[in-house]
Amino acid sequence: MKKTLITLLLCLGSLSAHAALDPAQVRQLAAEDSSDKVAAIRQLTQTADPDAVRVLKAMAEDSLFLAGDQVVIIEGDKAFDGATGAALKMPANPESPTVNNRIRGELASALAALRLFDADASVRLASAQKLQSRVTPEMAPLLARALEKETDAQIRALLALAHAQANLADSDPAARLAAVKALAETSSPAIKSVLLPLTEKTAEPDDKVRHEAIAAVKAINSRLTIAENVGRAFSGLSLGSILLLGALGLAITYGVMGIINMAHGELLMVGAYATYGVQMLFRAYFPNAIDWYLPAAIPVAFFVAALVGVLMERTVIRWLYGRTLETLLATWGLSLVLIQSARVLFGAQNVEVSNPSWMSGGIEVMPNLILPWNRIIIVGFAMFVLFLVWVLMNKTRLGMFIRAVTQNRPMAGCVGVPTSRIDTMAFALGAGIAGLGGVALSQIANVGPDMGQGYIVDSFMVVVVGGVGQLAGAVWAALGLGIFSKLLEGWAGAVIAKISILVCIIIFIQKRPQGIFALKGRFVE
Amino acid sequence: MHKSLTLRVLSSLDKKSWLALGVFLALALVVVPVLHLDFPEDSALHVSTYTITLIGKIMCYALVAVAMDLIWGYGGILSLGHGLFFALGGYAFGMYLMRQIGRDGSYGADLPDFMVFLDWKELPWFWVGSDGFGWVAFMVIAAPAVVAFVFGYFAFRSRIKGVYFSIITQALTYAAMLLFFRNETGFGGNNGFTDFKRVLGYSITSPETRLVLFGLTAVMLAATLVFSAWLVKSKFGRVLTAIRDAESRVMFIGYNPLWYKLTIWIISAVLCAIAGALYVPQVGIINPSEMSPGNAIEIAIWVAVGGRGTLIGPIIGAFVVNLAKSWFTVSFPEYWLFFLGLLFIVVTLMLPQGLVGLWKKLLAGKGDAAC
Repeated sequence: MKKTLITLLLCLGSLSAHAALDPAQVRQLAAEDSSDKVAAIRQLTQTADPDAVRVLKAMAEDSLFLAGDQVVIIEGDKAFDGATGAALKMPANPESPTVNNRIRGELASALAALRLFDADASVRLASAQKLQSRVTPEMAPLLARALEKETDAQIRALLALAHAQANLADSDPAARLAAVKALAETSSPAIKSVLLPLTEKTAEPDDKVRHEAIAAVKAINSRLTIAENVGRAFSGLSLGSILLLGALGLAITYGVMGIINMAHGELLMVGAYATYGVQMLFRAYFPNAIDWYLPAAIPVAFFVAALVGVLMERTVIRWLYGRTLETLLATWGLSLVLIQSARVLFGAQNVEVSNPSWMSGGIEVMPNLILPWNRIIIVGFAMFVLFLVWVLMNKTRLGMFIRAVTQNRPMAGCVGVPTSRIDTMAFALGAGIAGLGGVALSQIANVGPDMGQGYIVDSFMVVVVGGVGQLAGAVWAALGLGIFSKLLEGWAGAVIAKISILVCIIIFIQKRPQGIFALKGRFVE
Repeated sequence: MHKSLTLRVLSSLDKKSWLALGVFLALALVVVPVLHLDFPEDSALHVSTYTITLIGKIMCYALVAVAMDLIWGYGGILSLGHGLFFALGGYAFGMYLMRQIGRDGSYGADLPDFMVFLDWKELPWFWVGSDGFGWVAFMVIAAPAVVAFVFGYFAFRSRIKGVYFSIITQALTYAAMLLFFRNETGFGGNNGFTDFKRVLGYSITSPETRLVLFGLTAVMLAATLVFSAWLVKSKFGRVLTAIRDAESRVMFIGYNPLWYKLTIWIISAVLCAIAGALYVPQVGIINPSEMSPGNAIEIAIWVAVGGRGTLIGPIIGAFVVNLAKSWFTVSFPEYWLFFLGLLFIVVTLMLPQGLVGLWKKLLAGKGDAAC
């Protein structure tokens, strides 16, 4: 796009070679004093002339020179007259004018403003968006002209906003009032800071405008707060989704076997490393389909984690039934072995798992509220997994057996449920779900040997709050804890949030030692 | 009454155990200091500073292990929060050591260096009195006791037990670790307390101070052992063991388990804190990582390796595991976690009674050892 823009500009330049700029103004661009330069840039901008774009662009790219008293543009071995654009003989010893940071900033906004008159709508849109953050009062007439010409509704809205910002410094109170009213409809922090000075008596003599500005700032503030809280609640929702994927497996294994699996976080890690492995395979063998490695990683992570889970159950956990505290220690030992194995196999450093291109970006709901795609997809993925688990637990024979063993192991055994095989299956299922959690986690967090440790305490809290062996409890507890902790984090900081949540949980357990969903058919939040 | 108490304390250990305890104290209080001070460094009999620090550190760990055994081995409550009490004791005494630095810190100010760094002008309220040894010694005991009482009262009252209790204590310790990691909490943040200069006016690095600390730790360990032996043989200890084995039956007989559990929980926490307070001047640093979940679980493995429900077991376990740790981390650093992880698995699977149990089985006859 940049290339087409440059050729377009060059064409325009050659076409309008005769419609020259005022040479005196162009000469000022190379003046000694910075303020003179700024003035010249602003004047040139006002002309809205395509030739001005050519000259200012040359200046921004350091190809504008002063030869004697003439401003020339030198591109490679060719030289052009600054004002007319006519080809010139290469001057003997051109001098480069000083372009400091102030001038550069000025040039950037001038060029952005001039691009508002570009023929290409996408260039105009980009320019209008860029302008929002640095509107100066001098741009008001220019913006008015651009607004007049503009036909695209989206660009018009942006331009109207910019125009209102530029009008804030108008000497006519009526114009200022209109501008403030127009800006009150927006919800961007940048505009709030533009409006703030107008709420002071020293800066804004007119009472009406000042009151309007105060009201506008208030309105923007309340919208900003809403957006912030919605954003927090959403990131809480995505945290809750990850917790849910971690806690679902824990809830199943704790419900069926009554054991706490301290290595559960490491199963998340196994899933994340499986994702990494699939990504590397795609890079090596299917570089064209690299964006689709993630869907392929989902079953791989599930089965790898489930396999690790089966191994753990068959070799260690099986022998410790009825000794829950010892199981806790043994699974902690397993987690140490898994962490160290990951270090030996993949190195102690974090490995890089990249987001596929279709997961980058986000939906902009408000200027300060962007919902990133990767989090939206994770929430959707967690819901999908939850649905599958629900179907499995409630609609299949295996699910029925798992529920039977959870409720009454000896009785289930008596009526012919193969309890020991169900244990293995349930453990594999829980491990596999943790592996899926690892896939999700690899997209938003660092993938390293220690990554599971950070989530294990939170996952346990979900199980404790949600109640044992209750899918519904795990769901509500995970989402509730996720959203609650993110909202608290916003107000009180991460550490205080974590501590107060823990205190809440301890108090909560006083009231309900069996978790939210202990009593059948009673819904308490 | 008084005499009978003395008698009961005396009779809590048999003759052989008293003899072993005497030998241990003689070694720690006489032999080691003589070997350290009176033999030149190149002599084969010389005990190096490194060894003294290492053994002193492990004795602190052994003290923690005994405390853990009281609550886990005799009370049946697996706490993953003992790292917190250890650190509380360490931090309380560390505050005193920080104040003893005086103006010898790198900023030469009255306040500890990290406070100068944070641009604090005066001590926070909880540092008041931390320059007095008596007050700090009181706080070493009081702070963990209060925390243990409040937490334990609510946890035991609502009859949280088993893995639930373990998980909650772990979360508590984890939250405390996060809290201590913050600079604003006022305990030196990430770096904790270090660079101590003196204790009670004596230089902390001088051999004499080290030996006194070493001896104090040994005496404390021996005293704890005698106290614990008396405690578990008393009526209190027997009710406690009964609660461990069948809590509801004990309740039906008319005992309230809450107060028994709470008492042993607080005793265990305070012993742990004393170990922490002895640990800090010998090792020279205390930071929040002492409260990491992994450390707390490691305490449990010391007890499990040695043998739960015996008093000598935890001490053996603490020594075996920590000596192995210092050997592994020097010789094969990358295999230490494998070893520790496998130790957890093997001990829980094969040696539920620990090394002491294994020893007893071997003594009892080879026939029984198979099961």
